[in-house]
Amino acid sequence: MTALETGTHPKSAPAATENAAGTSAGKATEKATEKAREKAAPAGLTARVALFTALGTALVLVGLGSAALGQYGIGFGDVADSVLHRLSGPLGLGHPIGDPFAESTLWQIRMPRVVMSLLVGAVLATAGALMQGVFGNPLAEPGVVGVSAGAALGAAFVIVAGIDVLGGFTVPAAAFLAGLVAVLLVYLLSRAGGRTEVVTLVLTGIAVNAVAGAGLAFCMFFGSQTARDQIVFWQLGSLNGSRWAYAGSVAPFAVIGLLGACLLARRLDLLSLGDRSARHLGVNVERLRVTAIVLIAVMVAAAVAFSGIIGFIGLVVPHLVRMAVGPGHRVLIPASMLGGAVLLATADVVARTAIAYADLPIGMLTALVGGPFFFWLLRTTRARAGGWL
Amino acid sequence: MSARTALGRLTGRRAALPRPPEPGTVALSARGLGLRVGGTWLLKDVDLDLAAGSLLAVVGPNGAGKSTLLSLLAGDQPATTGTVHVGGLGVATAHPADLARRRAVLPQRATLSFPFTVADVVAMGRAPWAGTDVEDDDEDAIAHALTAAGMTGFTHRRYPTLSGGEQARASFARVLAQGASVLLLDEPTAALDLRHQEQLMRTARDCADRGQAVLAVLHDLQLAAAYADEIAVLHAGRLVERGEPGTVLTEPLLEEVYRLPIEVYRHPVTGAVMVGPRRHGKGTPTP
Repeated sequence: MTALETGTHPKSAPAATENAAGTSAGKATEKATEKAREKAAPAGLTARVALFTALGTALVLVGLGSAALGQYGIGFGDVADSVLHRLSGPLGLGHPIGDPFAESTLWQIRMPRVVMSLLVGAVLATAGALMQGVFGNPLAEPGVVGVSAGAALGAAFVIVAGIDVLGGFTVPAAAFLAGLVAVLLVYLLSRAGGRTEVVTLVLTGIAVNAVAGAGLAFCMFFGSQTARDQIVFWQLGSLNGSRWAYAGSVAPFAVIGLLGACLLARRLDLLSLGDRSARHLGVNVERLRVTAIVLIAVMVAAAVAFSGIIGFIGLVVPHLVRMAVGPGHRVLIPASMLGGAVLLATADVVARTAIAYADLPIGMLTALVGGPFFFWLLRTTRARAGGWL
Repeated sequence: MSARTALGRLTGRRAALPRPPEPGTVALSARGLGLRVGGTWLLKDVDLDLAAGSLLAVVGPNGAGKSTLLSLLAGDQPATTGTVHVGGLGVATAHPADLARRRAVLPQRATLSFPFTVADVVAMGRAPWAGTDVEDDDEDAIAHALTAAGMTGFTHRRYPTLSGGEQARASFARVLAQGASVLLLDEPTAALDLRHQEQLMRTARDCADRGQAVLAVLHDLQLAAAYADEIAVLHAGRLVERGEPGTVLTEPLLEEVYRLPIEVYRHPVTGAVMVGPRRHGKGTPTP
């Protein structure tokens, strides 16, 4: 019971902060428009500063809170002190937790998982924003180009075949490679005469997704009962059993993807005018699209390789940010990064603590909350200002 | 000044900026331009020079190849035959960024995938100059473009909430803000009311008078006659006539091209060329 309460509390907290930032931003803009049109630029700036401050604060609070909560409760203050101690290095701030068992639980089990949830959340949300920008469609998500389906097939194959050459890294490595191959396949198949059309990409994605789905079904059909269970749980998505080595493996790909996404932001703005007009404004559209797809493939494949399929983060977070500060990618991408990290870390707290002694599949949780929430978003935004569709 | 500009200045890496062509010199030229799609020539053997400081109207019936010509001049698709040069650059091989500093294109229909504000959309026109010294002119260029397109009161409106005509004017403002020496306008007046048609054509005329080279695909022969230095008539994918409005707009040529009885006369007071279909009473079909 208490677990449920503590579990749901952090979930609602960042959502409330985000909503507050969103409405205050909207009001600020409206006021500025009424008063003097020239003064709206500072108002937009205020909204942005408010958003990033709120997200940054939420990130720290959720990160520490997630590390504090669990079956073995550690005080929030203790966690903060211990983190400060490790981060400050020679400055010698903070102190390790007095209880050595708590200290090792925190740093061997909790922290890798917290870091992993932040990384994966940031990656999924950023990839979603990137995907929507590249496809010029607010409903696009990384799964469209086959990365998730490919990764699932790769994971299922090595599980069923019983391949174990890389130990604990076998399944993630296979998922990563298969995810990349699937995206590459989608891209190459949809390319004609040196160009790719968005519609062709989407349709080819559907075809490759279907084939990967068939392959997955085949693996499950021929696999043993244990293998089948393993595949099902991999697909449900979980951050259970995250280790520093895993987080360390995801980090380089995540950093490349996240930094790369920030560099593409301005060109993505131009791409919203359509391929032709973007080209007229000096964007090498084809190169932009390839770069974005490669970045998406690399970071999402790395993320899902360890976490399994986690849906809706990539769809919902960019939408929330767009509602708060508008569609400009130079704000959207970094804000989605922070928002995704906060959201997935929060979801992971719920997954761990909602039901005592059970680790819920996080992919199930994000879809369960994300689906209806997304629907609600669509309804309200469409009613307000012609929406974004 | 953005971080990118600062970085560019620190490292001393600056893009070479094009010098605007002298008035009267050729800013855009096409030679032997042709496009074949599925065995049909949509455009064939078009030679065209566009001089800086002039406004050329391209007219012709539906399917004559006007938009095809414009898209080939803009470098949207590779031509089957022939070449296009803008400010000395071949459009087939030049980098999009170099081309964008030389020519701007107003598409027939402007779409936007995300609800940017009008101010954002017009500011996108300045993208080709990011990281160059000219970037400092951004604010002036945007303000000037908004005024010229009559969009100053709309800067904070979200683009999807605008009417069709307002969207068209916002796009026109974006094209003006780009500050390119060659403007290619594809049916710029199609969505506009009478007042804004006149306003837009006058702005285009001003651009030409200040030394830009303007090519506008137009359906309205009257507008073409009133504002263009020269008119080029396309018919079945070929350039059949080109010259001053008074010499090109003749009844035999227009009747052949448009397959409709057309009358051309001089305005009794101003002496301007007037063009329109020959009508006998209200609603009476002409033989």
